[in-house]
Amino acid sequence: MSEDKKVPAHPQMTGPSRRAILAGGAALAASLFTPKFLRAEDFPTSAINTTGLAVTDDTVTIGILHSITGTMAISETGSVQAEKLAIEQINAQGGILGRKIEYIQEDGASDWPTFAEKARKLLVNDKVASVMGCWTSASRKAVLPVFEQNNGFLYYPTFYEGLEESPNVIYTGQEATQQIIAGLDWVNKTKGAKTFYLLGSDYIWPRTSNKIARKHIENFMEGCQVVGEEYYPLGHTQFNSVINKIRLKKPDVIYAIVVGGSNVAFYKQLKAAGIDMTKEKPLLLTISVTEDEIRGIGGENIEGAYACMKYFQSLDNENNKEFVAAFKEMWGDDMVIGDVTQAAYLGPWLWKAAVEKAGSFDVDKVREASPGIEFTKAPEGYVRIHENHHLWSKTRVGLAQADGQYKVVFETEDLVEPDPFPEGYQ
Amino acid sequence: MKKQRLFELDEAMGFVILAAVIFLLFPAILDDFRLNLFGKYLTYAFVAVGLVLCWGAGGILSLGQGVFFGLGGYCMAMFLKLEASTPENTAIQSTPGIPDFMDWNQLTELPIWWQPFHSLAFTLAAIIVVPVAFSYIIGLAMFRRRVGGVYFAIITQAIAAIATILVIGQQGYTGGVNGITDLRTLLGWDIRPDDAKVTLYFVNGALLFVCLFVAQVIRKSKLGRILIAMREKEDRVRFSGYDVASFKIFVFCVGAAFASIGGAMFTLQVGFMSPTLVGIVPSIEMVIFCAVGGRMSILGAVYGALLVNWAKTTFSESFPELWLLGLGGLFIAVVMAFPNGLAGIFDDYIKPRLAFLKRNRTAADPAAQHSPAE
Repeated sequence: MSEDKKVPAHPQMTGPSRRAILAGGAALAASLFTPKFLRAEDFPTSAINTTGLAVTDDTVTIGILHSITGTMAISETGSVQAEKLAIEQINAQGGILGRKIEYIQEDGASDWPTFAEKARKLLVNDKVASVMGCWTSASRKAVLPVFEQNNGFLYYPTFYEGLEESPNVIYTGQEATQQIIAGLDWVNKTKGAKTFYLLGSDYIWPRTSNKIARKHIENFMEGCQVVGEEYYPLGHTQFNSVINKIRLKKPDVIYAIVVGGSNVAFYKQLKAAGIDMTKEKPLLLTISVTEDEIRGIGGENIEGAYACMKYFQSLDNENNKEFVAAFKEMWGDDMVIGDVTQAAYLGPWLWKAAVEKAGSFDVDKVREASPGIEFTKAPEGYVRIHENHHLWSKTRVGLAQADGQYKVVFETEDLVEPDPFPEGYQ
Repeated sequence: MKKQRLFELDEAMGFVILAAVIFLLFPAILDDFRLNLFGKYLTYAFVAVGLVLCWGAGGILSLGQGVFFGLGGYCMAMFLKLEASTPENTAIQSTPGIPDFMDWNQLTELPIWWQPFHSLAFTLAAIIVVPVAFSYIIGLAMFRRRVGGVYFAIITQAIAAIATILVIGQQGYTGGVNGITDLRTLLGWDIRPDDAKVTLYFVNGALLFVCLFVAQVIRKSKLGRILIAMREKEDRVRFSGYDVASFKIFVFCVGAAFASIGGAMFTLQVGFMSPTLVGIVPSIEMVIFCAVGGRMSILGAVYGALLVNWAKTTFSESFPELWLLGLGGLFIAVVMAFPNGLAGIFDDYIKPRLAFLKRNRTAADPAAQHSPAE
């Protein structure tokens, strides 16, 4: 860990406790603990908002920009829910600089031009102070020029391929190396895996991830090799030919980055072909299946597979227990929480901390304040923003259970440094 | 036979009113952000006008116009992307000077077929020539074999699906699902600020009127009347000695060229191009713009594209969770109640009330008596 551990900006920041919202008295108590400098009257709007953002004497408006219709809706809904939960909890604690957060929600409709249009609308028309949003790389790429041109500030929750470092984005998910390297090392050391078969859906994230995986396997893992690499179009449902190839090559590890609906077909066909993942011959390691996807795949079809993420719903710590309870209370008991949902939850909290450190809503000042911001109540444990706008966070490996949850079998000792432009992996 | 005038009085008035709406009304009442949005809607109007010629006049229903929209859009995007990918801007890449997505896909040099897109003149020519050539080949293959009607619609739809798969699959060359993003300047002129968007809006409007004028000329020419005859009874036209296929190919190529110009303007105004604008869904949406506007009326098509897209934006801003239902309701209502779309509403309800205005003139000019919307 090269970066010095910074003093927390607000050690007295009270936790996101759902109970505080319920018990009025507790909420009052929370507001008593709110430090003096966070009262709205101590922060005249003219001083903390010099660029004409949507900040009034008692509210601040932010944007939520996800797909709630179209093919991506199923994935992005969890992020929207987590962001709304975080906003509600922050408001229950008195908001940011004494101002309640209000949000304007827009629908990106799984359509990249629409994302760009709505992003422009949020920034130019609504003057939102920040935006929580986007999910796919394509939508982020579409809105990126809009954010850079209008100097907006985006919190982007999804694990993604890296190769990007925008001054106008905070990436609360993992970039590729954070998700890949620790998992490969783990499977090599603890399972003795030597041969890998890479496969994925055919677009930028799986391709870049597999490129990094291949470089790591070939250059940094002694005696290990890649025995196959294949890609299939998004929505592909016929995996029998690749399953046959896998049986022929007998790799130690199937490294799968299949996304979306293809997952359902892939895991069912694996099972039907007699590959029992609980026997771990071969072992399956994925970075694209969260608890959300297992709902579609069915726990019994993926039992025994390993996933490398930074968060699992089953994480055993106080922060996470509170978070899961609050999430279920707000959105229903049958909810599952995947890696990205948790990362989306971090967005509003990290923004709050950065605004309070900056003492201003101005984007330039928030950006300047962001590196070093930490969030000790993160469900995943603890995160800190790196100079490159990504998060320091741990990497974990989970074992899929028949009930659709993961059992955590490994976690890195230290936080893993984000490295969106990894040397030696290009 | 008496020579038909290019513009009847009411048609000329329609053009003038549309020009007033696009060039005076919208810039006056809309802020820069909304004006840019309307500029984007108007790029779809190019496609809709082309569809009026193909479908409304010629009876050729193409469900693959998104392909031509995409060809124009991608040609323009390739030029802009090359201009944006200077070695200075791309210094962090393994191979500076090539578009970023190529670098991510391990390409180390610019593919040969990208090279000519360094030239704006070539790009502008390609925006017209490439889709026309492509539609000519499709037309030749289909119409010469007398494939028409539903079969033609299905085949064009398949072509749209193939085009999307091709673009997504060849991501090292096309940008894949992400498309070609982060476009910045046109010959050094920054296309991103608001004043540039306003300029582009007017350029877009002017080009749309050029296309409308061409469409009007075609409709009023002998060619236009043959198209209508073909739509109604193809065999009779053929037996009269006309080469039906050639006329169909011609009008299909014109529609493709219009769509392509729209696509190029889309790229300029929105700042990127992606395969979501090429596939089946956008292609069908474009047919809907045309149907809502009225598939017989070129001006109606423009209003249709504006209305549907405006409704889409407004509904989705006000009811992010329910807007699709509202939009679906609008389509059903229009198609059930007004099969000829907005233009039909105008002809049936509004025009009769305006008739008294020009009754005197009509008496003197019998040509004005037949309906302009066929």
